Amino acid sequence: MLYKIAVPVASILIFLGFWEFLVWVNGWPNYKMASPSDLPPAFWQYKELFLIMGWQTLWRTVVGLFLAVVFGTLLGMIIGFSRIARDALYPLLVGFNAVPKATLVPVIALLFIGQHDFNTVLMAFMISFFPIAVSVGIGLSTLEPEYRDILRALGASKFTIFRKIALPKTLPEFFGALKVAATLAFIGTNLVEIVSPHGRGLGALFKSGETNGNYPLMFAVLIALAVLGIVLYYAVVFLEKIFAGWAERAQS
Amino acid sequence: MKPDEGEVYLHGERVKGPRKTVGMAFQNPVLLEWRSIMDNVILPLEIVAPRMSRADREARAMELLDMVGLTGFENKRPSELSGGMRQRASLCRSLVHKPEVLIMDEPFGALDAFTREDLWQTMRDLRRAEPFTTVLITHDLRESVFLGDQVIVLSGRPARTQYVMDVDLPEDRTLDVLYTPKVADMLHILRDQIKIAQGRDGGAH
Repeated sequence: MLYKIAVPVASILIFLGFWEFLVWVNGWPNYKMASPSDLPPAFWQYKELFLIMGWQTLWRTVVGLFLAVVFGTLLGMIIGFSRIARDALYPLLVGFNAVPKATLVPVIALLFIGQHDFNTVLMAFMISFFPIAVSVGIGLSTLEPEYRDILRALGASKFTIFRKIALPKTLPEFFGALKVAATLAFIGTNLVEIVSPHGRGLGALFKSGETNGNYPLMFAVLIALAVLGIVLYYAVVFLEKIFAGWAERAQS
Repeated sequence: MKPDEGEVYLHGERVKGPRKTVGMAFQNPVLLEWRSIMDNVILPLEIVAPRMSRADREARAMELLDMVGLTGFENKRPSELSGGMRQRASLCRSLVHKPEVLIMDEPFGALDAFTREDLWQTMRDLRRAEPFTTVLITHDLRESVFLGDQVIVLSGRPARTQYVMDVDLPEDRTLDVLYTPKVADMLHILRDQIKIAQGRDGGAH
């Protein structure tokens, strides 16, 4: 237990020490590169903003991710069960996913002028549903027929087979994709917050740090984003342990 | 699935779709990894007998698990069991809803020789404890004679009945019976029939 905490803490401390050393040995001033020791004052000075804007970033990311889970799972089911849907939708999906999402920020900003919360959630959603849809689709379409036959031989309905077999069997793949999607959703939220800032979210705080040449603030925002990302990631890991813990093999 | 031709009758009744009175066993155990052995075995009951209580389901499953020697493993996951044990659990699942007919598609094909012989004996004991009709598809001649009351040799595609042999051996046969001259003769006849079915008389395999 102690080992489990000590090792990651030690690695973080070593990383911060190296960062501090790098800034010190190069003699970089604050406006070029902030050092870790500049960060606590920056956090303290803007602590209320960090709490308010951190919350704005977090809830919009989580809502976007939630929508991505619902939509991505439905889409994955359609792709997974219907060959025609798969052939029809894959090129569209791949094409949509290939478009750099930064280019869509001005598009949705114009489409839904002033709806900043909506735009941000929409971007978090758009950037993160793809891996979920693909992994659910692949999970369902590669279900071995024998698994279906166990229940079909007894006259079980398609829905029962889905609920008792296909769905649980796809869960490990789903959670694998959800980890990727959680990180992506953060990128989506911040993209909107930085490219079209409305004074909301950590991205806007980052932008204001940039405008004012406040480098310690900018780096403090980056650290705050990293912390939020870690929190969300481990929330997904926690859910995975509950719902798909069976897929984890005991380590030898 | 629609038949090209002909009809299938079970107990004088025409078969039109899936039936709850049939059990299936495959070459792979096909256990659900996220369920314990117990929950795997009671799965068919969830479909066939939705109103049966959990306690009754578990009692029925334990009966079978005891019979195949899996007592004490009911709370383990399939990944914690050996191949032979998984196939035993799979057998329990095929039988838990007391099917009238059990269809087995090379159920012991993926096991090593000794585990396979163990499972033959388990199979024999299960059928003696609660009799059910079994259709066993196999490529193992010894298996067919040891477990069967009647062995049917099928020809290649399209499959037709090539030869029928009634197995005239005592019901409580042991593995020793496989080493008697009588069984050796039977195996020889079956082997010859399979050669004919394959359309080549001298070739190996």
